[in-house]
Amino acid sequence: MKIDCPLCGTRDSREFSYRGDATYLNRPAADAGAEAWDDYLHNRDNPADRTDDLWHHGMGCGAWVVVTRSPASHEIFATRLAKGTGA
Amino acid sequence: MRVDGKGLIDRDTCLNFTFDGQAFSGLKGDTLASALLANDVRLVGRSFKYHRPRGIMTAGSEEPNALMTIRRGDTKNPNTRATVQALYDGLVADSQNAWPSLKFDVMELNDLAAPFLSAGFYYKTFMWPKAFWEKLYEPIIRRAAGLGALAPSYDGDRYEKAFAHCDLLIIGAGPAGLMAAVTAGRAGVDVILADESPRMGGRCLDETVEIGGMPSYEWAAETLSDLEGMANVRLMPNTTVTGAYDQGDFGALTNNAHHLADCPAGMPMETFWRIASKRAILCGGALERQIAFPSNDRPGVMTASAVRSYLNRYGVSPGRKVTVFCNNDDAHRTAQDLADAGVAVAALIDTRDDAVVDQADFPVFTGGRVTATSGRLGLKDITVEHAGGKRVINTDCLAVSGGWNPSVHLTCHMNGRPTWDPTLASFVPTPGAVPGLTVAGSAAGHMSTAACLASGQAEALAALKDIGAKGAAIDLPSADDAPYAITPFWDVGGTGRAWLDFQNDVTTKDVRQAAKENYRSVEHMKRYTTQGMATDQGKNSNVAALAILADATGRGIPETGTTTFRPPYVPVAIAALGAGGHGSGFAPQRFTTSHAATDERKAPMIEAGLWYRPSYFPEKGERTWRESCDREVNMVRSTVGVCDVSTLGKIDIKGPDAGAFLDFVYTNMFSTLKVGKVRYGLMLREDGHVLDDGTTARIAEDHFVMTTTTAAAGQVMVHLDFVQQCLRPELDVSFVSTTEHWAQFAVAGPKSRDVLNAVLQSPISDETLPYMGWCDVAIGGVAGRLFRISFSGEHAYEIAVPARFGDSLFRVLVDQAKAHGGGAYGMEALNVLRIEKGFITHAEIHGRTTAFDIGMQRMLSPKKDDFIGKAAAARPGLMDDDREQLVGLKPAGAVKQIMPGAHIFEPGKDPVRVNDQGYVTSVCYSPTVESVLALAFLKDGRTRHGDTVMAVDHMRGVTTECIVCDPVFFDPQGGRLRG
Repeated sequence: MKIDCPLCGTRDSREFSYRGDATYLNRPAADAGAEAWDDYLHNRDNPADRTDDLWHHGMGCGAWVVVTRSPASHEIFATRLAKGTGA
Repeated sequence: MRVDGKGLIDRDTCLNFTFDGQAFSGLKGDTLASALLANDVRLVGRSFKYHRPRGIMTAGSEEPNALMTIRRGDTKNPNTRATVQALYDGLVADSQNAWPSLKFDVMELNDLAAPFLSAGFYYKTFMWPKAFWEKLYEPIIRRAAGLGALAPSYDGDRYEKAFAHCDLLIIGAGPAGLMAAVTAGRAGVDVILADESPRMGGRCLDETVEIGGMPSYEWAAETLSDLEGMANVRLMPNTTVTGAYDQGDFGALTNNAHHLADCPAGMPMETFWRIASKRAILCGGALERQIAFPSNDRPGVMTASAVRSYLNRYGVSPGRKVTVFCNNDDAHRTAQDLADAGVAVAALIDTRDDAVVDQADFPVFTGGRVTATSGRLGLKDITVEHAGGKRVINTDCLAVSGGWNPSVHLTCHMNGRPTWDPTLASFVPTPGAVPGLTVAGSAAGHMSTAACLASGQAEALAALKDIGAKGAAIDLPSADDAPYAITPFWDVGGTGRAWLDFQNDVTTKDVRQAAKENYRSVEHMKRYTTQGMATDQGKNSNVAALAILADATGRGIPETGTTTFRPPYVPVAIAALGAGGHGSGFAPQRFTTSHAATDERKAPMIEAGLWYRPSYFPEKGERTWRESCDREVNMVRSTVGVCDVSTLGKIDIKGPDAGAFLDFVYTNMFSTLKVGKVRYGLMLREDGHVLDDGTTARIAEDHFVMTTTTAAAGQVMVHLDFVQQCLRPELDVSFVSTTEHWAQFAVAGPKSRDVLNAVLQSPISDETLPYMGWCDVAIGGVAGRLFRISFSGEHAYEIAVPARFGDSLFRVLVDQAKAHGGGAYGMEALNVLRIEKGFITHAEIHGRTTAFDIGMQRMLSPKKDDFIGKAAAARPGLMDDDREQLVGLKPAGAVKQIMPGAHIFEPGKDPVRVNDQGYVTSVCYSPTVESVLALAFLKDGRTRHGDTVMAVDHMRGVTTECIVCDPVFFDPQGGRLRG
């Protein structure tokens, strides 16, 4: 599998590590309340067709990358830098 | 027998080999199988379950019967298919799964018991009593039903992994693959052509057809020499593409040296490739299938195409009197080629009433059936029934063709299912099943040579367009375009056993019985009967078994469906898949700059992650690690010790917002830290649990140096990347790991300052460097940093210099320490020193502990609006009194040892889970306190100091009566730190 790093170009997926769902970008305010924090920390959708994942380019530039892909076919539709974008 | 005037072999080069100890000779260009057949060896193995005598059935990698062990001793290679083993001089082959000999195999008794050994026999019979399975039944069954044995010791051969990239990968170098490669090669794109044989050409080498007005093998040779001249084309013979993966990645296995008597030094036996392609074309051809008829498994029964391969490619006839049995026109070539070569053809039997055979000078039976065979160790006679009656034919080789199955396997590796083609009576690839992979030639169901060539070119042109390259159609060479006429015929029927899966001994009766017992799903039938679960993965039997199952369940074949084809296409040795992944290839070694000096002092190393760190530095006369450890602890407490702490993570953080950034990642304040000072910091995960701890020094207003634990260095760096990029991108801060750029040594003990002042250019004092301060220093002209921090509870420092000076500084420091009555200390002493002081490591902050649990709740700064983990750490349940809290334990009874990992119970309570009060995380013997000490987590532990508890280790059977105390066992006021 290969992933397009927005900074480095197309790289082998083994340069990256999978870091979960891109929900993790939407950090609630400190006073958002228990429910918002519970959602943020624990609750994830598990769609078969299309997900936004976070991948860390640890063996490359260190960028956190949002990868839009299909968990069923493994097709990658788009990648972008997580920096300053929110999910 | 060898046939004169036939074959693409070197008749002048004779090669000697042995099979089961008997000497034979073959010719250069032979496979082990063709050489055995040339020597009239027909019995080559025993079947898995019934130990039936078996002979060579195919001429390719799909061979189910001729599995042999090549070589002996440590480099022996079991389960090698004789059909793909190239012959070399001195080859030693042995049969498998027979005892005492291939001709007389005791386990053939299984065959007599066959009526009781039908499908599901093992599942039904060995159910009771349950305890017998592991001890009795399984070992016996395993011994009886075995393949070859592995080499007794570690595989002595070398294997390697490699990577290749190309625009277009062409899989298979038969007519379609060669045509595709020429078309793409001329377009200038980067092409890899891979083929499993040592000699490329596919069935061009096996047939007597013409291409472009010349014999097909000559056309193949000419085309290959064209391709060899193209710099953009890479030919990979001996290379089987084993799997199709995401985004154009393919796995492939190259046999480098199995055809050599001695593997040259440094050459790997096999190379496992990962090939990354933009496009790929599968030209893998088709595999011929059998027809089921009673006792169709005798040595001498083969596929019709294999008989042609042996005749035309190797100049060998597998029999002296050959019969052909088929349901299609293609197999008629076998009879014709044999007759043309002067081999006696006993008969051609075609199941079709309307089969047409022109100019045959051998008996032809249309509408015929083979209903019985005889010959215990090799075929002697067959019985044929046809419209004209029944007759027995004397024959020693029966060439069978039930039609061709396109090699759809790779197209199914990404969950694709093949499509049933009723005209071919076969499954063909479903277009688009693997993105970027198209199929040409007979693998796509094009069964004539002309159609193969045309589709090879067409698919190459289509692939070139996808890649964005310009291709040009070239004139296709003339070739045979006879239609492939077939009428499906699967099973003769009758009373005897008719084999489908030869290796696993699955008969038509087994499949019908599975259906009868309601294993109607093809996946259930496969697992119940084991059909398709042998090393050939059903290549020879799948479609026929499906047809039988479809018939038995009253469904059509497409409705019955196929089982799942998974990688690898051929068996791949684990040694090849895991090449490079053992020893230091599995876990790279990280050495500190003091490694050589440490080694010279004979310190045993322990692994800390990938790092190697000294356990202790033995002195003369010390016999156990404890003696050394105790001495080193006393040494640090009384004089001075030196320890390499470079493995701790170091992160250099710069920028106007560096302070604000640290405030956000640490629970406590860092923006208020003064330049020249160091502070201990605690980091949480966002879920409120402790991530890591360490000290951070302020170098300048906009410059900090953070240290992490050795264990979490990488994790913290990733975490900081996330926080900076994703959560606080507005902060102007950047950072980089400098772990390997600095060598850092702890100098600890009452005499630490004396040691440092002996080496520093300008001496330090309590005023110039107080506790939790840092300053720039110079040692012999080298600039470094000196931090007054302590992980031992002593007056201590950590001195950092650029890594290239680490070795010499370590030596200088140890020498100076010795001059002051001290020396080097290792991890064991470091651990004792920190336990005595109640300092935590990842044994305590193991991922499930909170700041509250370790008594650091006051470090959750209430002054800050937000920091990582703040909201979650305030959740109910994370600060409750009855949580397990960090405490100290000391033995209070007769048992003086506390076991790490022991669980804690109240005295008199049953030591079972419901009464669990906590657990022990760290244990040491403290020479300072002269007692075993333990750190532990205990429910409501901070209010229980002075209580008696029981530490119970069920696994090692040790129960220790303990007294609960503060986790700081030594110098609780910290006077020594500031001393």
